[in-house]
Amino acid sequence: MLKNLCQKMFGRSLWVYHANSGGCNGCDIEVVNCLTPYYDVERFGIKLVGSPRHADVMLCQGPANRSTAAALKRAYEAMPNPKLVFAIGSCACGGGIWFDSYAVLGPAEKVVPVNYYVPGCPPRPEAIIWGVAVAAGLVDKKTAPVTFKQVELPIPRYHPEDLKGKGELVVYEKAPRPGF
Amino acid sequence: MSILSKLLETQICLGAGRATMPYPFQPRTAPATFRGRPIFDGKKCIGCAGCANNCPAREILVFDPCQEIRVLKYLGRRCTYCGRCADLCPEKAITMSGEFENGTNAIGDISQTIELFMSTCQRCGRCFDEPSEGKRNPLEKLKMKGYRFDDLKNERWIFRSQAYLEGQPVVDDIAIDLKD
Repeated sequence: MLKNLCQKMFGRSLWVYHANSGGCNGCDIEVVNCLTPYYDVERFGIKLVGSPRHADVMLCQGPANRSTAAALKRAYEAMPNPKLVFAIGSCACGGGIWFDSYAVLGPAEKVVPVNYYVPGCPPRPEAIIWGVAVAAGLVDKKTAPVTFKQVELPIPRYHPEDLKGKGELVVYEKAPRPGF
Repeated sequence: MSILSKLLETQICLGAGRATMPYPFQPRTAPATFRGRPIFDGKKCIGCAGCANNCPAREILVFDPCQEIRVLKYLGRRCTYCGRCADLCPEKAITMSGEFENGTNAIGDISQTIELFMSTCQRCGRCFDEPSEGKRNPLEKLKMKGYRFDDLKNERWIFRSQAYLEGQPVVDDIAIDLKD
C-alpha cells in the first residue's frame, strides 16, 4: 500500500542528471535557468542530482566527442532502469556547428539512445520546459514534419506544334495565363 | 532579535507575491527579436538552393531526382537559427518565426520538405543538364571534389572529395608528386 501511495505521489517526478559532453555551456546555463524560481521546474518534481546513479533522466548537452563519448556511455550505463535521455541543444540533437570536426563523433544518439529532443542553440528555458512537459505528458507536442509538393508544372511545356500563325505574328497557344 | 528578523523576512517573502510563471499551462510568446525555427514557404520558393549552399550547419539538402523536379529538405537537427538562409533568400520564402516549442520524441518532426517543379527553358525544354558524371554545370559542381553531395535518402551530405586521403591526387588531371 505504501508502495502504491509512493508511486502515485512520486510518479513522473523526474530526477535529472546533466551531462555535458563537450558543449559550450550555453545549454547548461539554460538548464540551470529552468531551476530558478522564475521558471521553477521543481513544481513538476524535477530535481537536479549530482550522480547518474540517482537519476531517471540524463540531459545530454554537447555532441559526442572523441574523448567524452566513452564517459557519456558509462554515465548512461550507471543510471538505473527505467531511464530516459533528453538531447538538449543543437549539438546533442545533430552534432552542432563543429559536426565535421575530427574530434566530434556526432550527435548524442550515436553513443546513447535518445528519447526526447529539444533543438535550439541554446533552447530557451521555456523550450526545455516544453520538452520536459511533452515527456511527462502534460502537453501535446506541436511539431510535425511539413511537406510541400507542387502538383502541376507552373509553366506549360514548349511544343513547336502549338505555334499558330506565320511570319511576324506567331502565337503560342499554350502560353501561360496572364497574371501568373 | 533573531525571531524578529525571521518575521520580517517572512513578511517580505509574502509581500513579494508569486514570481513563478505558469508556463506550460499558459502560452507564452517569445520577444519580437527572438529568432526561432525557420519556416519554408513552398509557394514562394524558386528552388535556387542558395539556402543550401549558405547553411553553416549544412542542414538544408538539395536533390534533383530528375530534370524538372528539385527536392529541398530542411532537417533542422543542428540548426542554430542563425537566419542566414532567410537573409539570403531572394524571394523571402524563408521566415524566421518565433517558434521555440519544438521539443519532440522523434527528430524527424522538425524537418520540412519542399518538392518543386523547376521551370524549364521554353526553347530546349530543360533548365539544367541532367545529373550525370563528367558535366560541370553549377549543379554538378556540388558533386565536384571538395564540394558536397546530398544524400536525401539517408538525410546526410557527403563529400565526394577523396583529395584529403594520402596518395589521392587533388585534381583529376594533375597528379602532384610531393617527393623530390
